[in-house]
Amino acid sequence: MTPLPLVAVAGSPNAGKSALFNALTGARQKVGNYPGVTVERHSGRLILADGRPVEMVDLPGAYSLEPASPDEAVTRDVLLGKQKGERQPDALIIVLDASNLDNHLRFALQLIELGLPTIIALNMIDLAKRDGLELDSAKLAEELGVPVIETVAVRRRGIPELHTALDDMLSAPRCGVHEHAPSDLVRLQRRAREIATSAVISETPVRRWTHRLDAVLLHPIIGPVILAAIMFVMFQAVFAWSETPKSWIEDGVAWLSSVASHALPAGMLRSMVVDGAIAGVGAVITFLPQILILFFFILLLEGTGYMVRAAFLMDKLMHGAGLSGRAFIPLLSSFACAVPGIMATRTIDDPKDRLTTILVAPLMTCSARLPVYTLIIAAFIPNRTVALGIGLQGLVMFGLYICGIGGALLAALVLRRGVLKGGGGGFMMELPKYQWPRLKDVLLGLLQRAEIFLKRAGTIILGTTIILWALASVPQAQPGQKQSEVSIAGHIANGIEAVVRPIGFNHEISLALLPAMAAREVAVSAIATVYSLDAGDNAAGKPLVEQLHHGWPLPTALAFLAWFVFAPQCISTIAVTRRETNSWKWPLFMVSYLFILAYLAAGVTYWTAKALGL
Amino acid sequence: MNAHVQPETISLDQLPLGSKALVASIDWDALDHGEACRLKHFGFDEGVAVEALHQGPFGRDPIAIRVGRMTVAIRRKHAGAVRVVSTTK
Repeated sequence: MTPLPLVAVAGSPNAGKSALFNALTGARQKVGNYPGVTVERHSGRLILADGRPVEMVDLPGAYSLEPASPDEAVTRDVLLGKQKGERQPDALIIVLDASNLDNHLRFALQLIELGLPTIIALNMIDLAKRDGLELDSAKLAEELGVPVIETVAVRRRGIPELHTALDDMLSAPRCGVHEHAPSDLVRLQRRAREIATSAVISETPVRRWTHRLDAVLLHPIIGPVILAAIMFVMFQAVFAWSETPKSWIEDGVAWLSSVASHALPAGMLRSMVVDGAIAGVGAVITFLPQILILFFFILLLEGTGYMVRAAFLMDKLMHGAGLSGRAFIPLLSSFACAVPGIMATRTIDDPKDRLTTILVAPLMTCSARLPVYTLIIAAFIPNRTVALGIGLQGLVMFGLYICGIGGALLAALVLRRGVLKGGGGGFMMELPKYQWPRLKDVLLGLLQRAEIFLKRAGTIILGTTIILWALASVPQAQPGQKQSEVSIAGHIANGIEAVVRPIGFNHEISLALLPAMAAREVAVSAIATVYSLDAGDNAAGKPLVEQLHHGWPLPTALAFLAWFVFAPQCISTIAVTRRETNSWKWPLFMVSYLFILAYLAAGVTYWTAKALGL
Repeated sequence: MNAHVQPETISLDQLPLGSKALVASIDWDALDHGEACRLKHFGFDEGVAVEALHQGPFGRDPIAIRVGRMTVAIRRKHAGAVRVVSTTK
């Protein structure tokens, strides 16, 4: 069977390439990864008028065949037929921003030189007109020697014409492909400017929307204030809007768990399905609403063109820590959860900047630490006012957040001086025109994020929760014995205890550390379980806060808090790091450096508290 | 026209906000390969019209430059490799 004809959609960033790809393929898309690199491969299918299917692939945006980022290297390799996991395309659709021809034509000229059958989509022609630019697409076609079709992808204008042109092109006999000789960018650029100038019929200078908006949004004082306001709304939404769908998911998980409990006979299988798989994966997918809301905002900020402005405003501050402005949104997102934060680092072009951001993202205080912080603070920090209505408990909570941020900036600095030294294209970005993204494109992006997250929940997270369950359930306790003591996990806890005793951790904490790997807040329920088992009948009614208050010395409690500021206590984060870095090397590095940090922080806290006689 | 009167050039990071200029020369060797490539991608070339538009709120860095028909953000350090002749009187 001959494979379907493969048509690649190529173009410079901000040409509206993805919108055009979506308009051509609809929702029939697959998102995968190119082998060996963390560059996403978007593919889809298009059906021609006569029913012939065509495979379409959306290449990463590139400015030229001389790559300055891993994305651009993939684009070049696919086009030259050198990319692993991809055959050379049979034809090309080049997407150009009609109002930026001077620049975008350079890449187009380079691509036309390759000799593949090519169509040009002169996109966003409406915005060019709005800016007072009148273009002659027939003249452009004549100069370039390939068909040029005017399109407005977000309104589906020009899409039928593109179908027809594609049909004609794929029906025509094919010529050979030229070898790509390294081209002189400057020469191409000059030729591009000539052609662009010749294709302009008239140009009326108008005050452009983008310039007016930038005057406000990039204003040295108003700009940061607006950014802070947008971030505030975003975080309110992530926490407030997610409550209801989160409770639906929790109800659904509870329902599924009771159905499974009734359907399966009591025993190991039931325990594995209910306590292991359903409880473990259930705990993780409750994050789905938060992730989707966060990504809704990120996609909207990306689509409108504001994201690059946010990076512009924050670049100097991030640069101080050896990061780029691009790291701002992923790190901020990590306050909700490091998983979407790490997924959001895909917007960072530079591989070393991106890796540094991934490695420090878990230090941002995520929402899963809140239950742990709240419990320990309620039990050990007196609820009194320090000054001016500022409570001591709130102050400690704030301090823990500051510790996380400080730790992240410091870690970034050290990483950039050490293992991730050098490189870094600095901060060079195009500030695209502002525009409203099509809601359908945003929703499609959201659907793809959800799919990626759920796939992981179904594989890596399912696997690890089952392993954790097995460790906690085997061998089974005899009557009179405690499951938590007899199990392999119990024995491991004894081992852990030997290591963590010097930093003041007791047996209960050691027992909670292992299940807390599934998700940090599980530490709270694990400690609760241990205490309820140990306490017997007389203390069973006492709240956990009181039991801890009487059971733990203060230095231990403080050390426990310090531990949770740094510890990489979350399988999902490790799993997403594995996926995003495409290797085990970096997640292992991350886990080790964070554990060492956590151990030292807890130790220093414990020893200092002891020395102070607390 | 006097051949030995050279127009006075300043580096792009010294161009006042709101001023327009023409690129006189670019010291490609002052940039690493990736950076030089990116500037070429943005269309930086001798004779191209540029305009300083905005600067970052902290430490006046990075800066937003209009080059040809597009607007790009670069750090002052990299803008220092570009010499321009101001056309704003």
